Amino acid sequence: MSEFKNISGIACILDIDNIDTDQIIPTEYLKSIKKFGFGEFLFDGWRYHDIANINTPTSSRSLNQDFILNQAPFNESKIIITGKNFGCGSSREHAVWALRDFGIETVIAESFGDIFYNNCFKNGVLPIALNQDKLLMVKDHVSNESKLHISLVDKNIVIKNEKIAFEVDSGMLDMIITGQDEVDITLSISDKIKSYESNRLKHKPWLN
Amino acid sequence: MKTLYDKLWDDHVVEDLGSGDHLVYIDRHFLHEVTSPQAFDGISKKNLKPWRLAANIATPDHNVPTARGQNFELESIEDEVSKIQIIELDRNCNKFDIPQFDINSEKQGIVHVVGPENGFTLPGMTIVCGDSHTSTHGAFAALSMGIGTSEVEHVLATQCLRIKKLKNFRINLLGCPRDDVTSKDVILYVIRSIGTDGGTGHAIEFSGDYISSLSMESRMTICNMSIEAGAKVGLIAFDKITESYLSDKVQLDKSEYDKALEYWKSLSSDSNAKFDKEIEIDVSKIKPQVSWGTSPEMTSDYDSCVPELDQNSDKYSTYKKAIEYMGLKEREKLSDLTFNKVFVGSCTNSRIEDLRSVAAEVKDKRISESIEEALIVPGSGQVKLQAEKEGLDKIFIEAGFSWRDPGCSMCLGMNEDKLSPGDRCASTSNRNFEGRQGHMGRTHLVSPMMAARIAIHGGIPHE
Repeated sequence: MSEFKNISGIACILDIDNIDTDQIIPTEYLKSIKKFGFGEFLFDGWRYHDIANINTPTSSRSLNQDFILNQAPFNESKIIITGKNFGCGSSREHAVWALRDFGIETVIAESFGDIFYNNCFKNGVLPIALNQDKLLMVKDHVSNESKLHISLVDKNIVIKNEKIAFEVDSGMLDMIITGQDEVDITLSISDKIKSYESNRLKHKPWLN
Repeated sequence: MKTLYDKLWDDHVVEDLGSGDHLVYIDRHFLHEVTSPQAFDGISKKNLKPWRLAANIATPDHNVPTARGQNFELESIEDEVSKIQIIELDRNCNKFDIPQFDINSEKQGIVHVVGPENGFTLPGMTIVCGDSHTSTHGAFAALSMGIGTSEVEHVLATQCLRIKKLKNFRINLLGCPRDDVTSKDVILYVIRSIGTDGGTGHAIEFSGDYISSLSMESRMTICNMSIEAGAKVGLIAFDKITESYLSDKVQLDKSEYDKALEYWKSLSSDSNAKFDKEIEIDVSKIKPQVSWGTSPEMTSDYDSCVPELDQNSDKYSTYKKAIEYMGLKEREKLSDLTFNKVFVGSCTNSRIEDLRSVAAEVKDKRISESIEEALIVPGSGQVKLQAEKEGLDKIFIEAGFSWRDPGCSMCLGMNEDKLSPGDRCASTSNRNFEGRQGHMGRTHLVSPMMAARIAIHGGIPHE
């Protein structure tokens, strides 16, 4: 994975609280055994009028033109701005895969579901949590001008002459910037896992 | 002085990685067909094997058909994509030597029902699964949580997770409930009170004399839905009831069992442990709960009405969308609604106690004419056998229910068991999200007892 340090692009507002992972990607698409190809099913229930079916080509489906992601320029959004508790519900990583495959690089929200939040960092999608005041500033800006610029290194969102700072764990952000593989990093200290494990099984033999 | 969560956390930290990150050891890993194929593929590509085989146990549950009978052939699954996923689990379990209760095993079932009833879930363990309802196992004083597929791969490869510690939240549930109030009503009431993000970033410990009085089945229902309150970890302290449940399920020799028991008895919060957040709820005031909207927090008392929309409320647009989707009117009485579907099942409410509660309500009665389909899907093969031994299947069939084989079924409609557009369903499952049980289907979350009453009356019965 290549390093990336800035996100710049079209932002769309989904002004709804508690958007759950079933809305981000319906269960039907969880039947896939692949890790890619979910972009066309993002927000399926809102983007199409007909029933989700993994075997139906999306080109033959009836688009809901009232839904913002079906309207230019938002059909090329890189940024979603939403309310609180985005990504609550099911642990399905497919929700992040769908956002990523659609081209979404960051979601800005008041808060996120815990499991979804962790899943984002494993797939190069940056979740940014902002307090209500800051979120309102970003929404106001995007309502007038649909483009937004975010600096990952400086941890801020650039709006005209102002910079809105956001907080994100540096280690987790590094994973997005460098695209490191967590399994490789953990296995580099496998001796520590082995020694913990043998000690644990010795003292708690019922776990064997 | 430590909370139960602190104790479990401290016992599993392999390494402090700095800036809040920790490498945490995982004792038990449950796998199913939906969130594992990409993880197995990941370790294959890296030429790795599962770190510790004995930690893993797999069973297909999410998209298995529930009308299959004995000696079911995978080839007869009509949905090609579902079939591939179930075959893929078989293939991966064979390839990596992971123990599996396959589709024809007597022990197959919903992973969160299968784990506890076979003694795979033990107090003091860390338990993970690529499923958010893994919080269920916290009822056994185990640190247990749902994870994503990348983390499933990480656990397979390293037997560890890289995570940060959660905050501590205690919910004290006190008093004695009404006879028609079950643990499902209590957890729905908790979610309605604190909201679906009330527990975000926290591990919730449920305690108080109400919790102490509950069976393990009822406790599992409570911890199962802690994720619907935003908390991926729900916990209940070890006590005599946990001990008695485990006594015939763990296969240990006497000296090992005694040693384990001595440790398990330490698995409760110290009396003066500090919690970041704490609330108290008097359960005697709780009425049976029915969800009216498209989020579990949109829940009301069974004898109340759909809320009135207030344009000045910050919930206006969310509530308006939910009321429209659910085909409701503001201020409409919930007891005026007509239901046409009933679903009893899911990792929340498909255990033997739940089925007994339904049987007690529907014995010698017939389901209402308005009900076009009423499914009862036991949580596992063992629950099914026990129910049949007690003759519950006959009671259900005579009342007009369809008695099925184990699986997740209509909780999420990945198999054939789906709602049709406009269907109004009383469901014992855990999520009433838009389209959760089928495209444009309308879900009302209820207890098994309420689901049974709705099946008989066609609607929510009046007092």
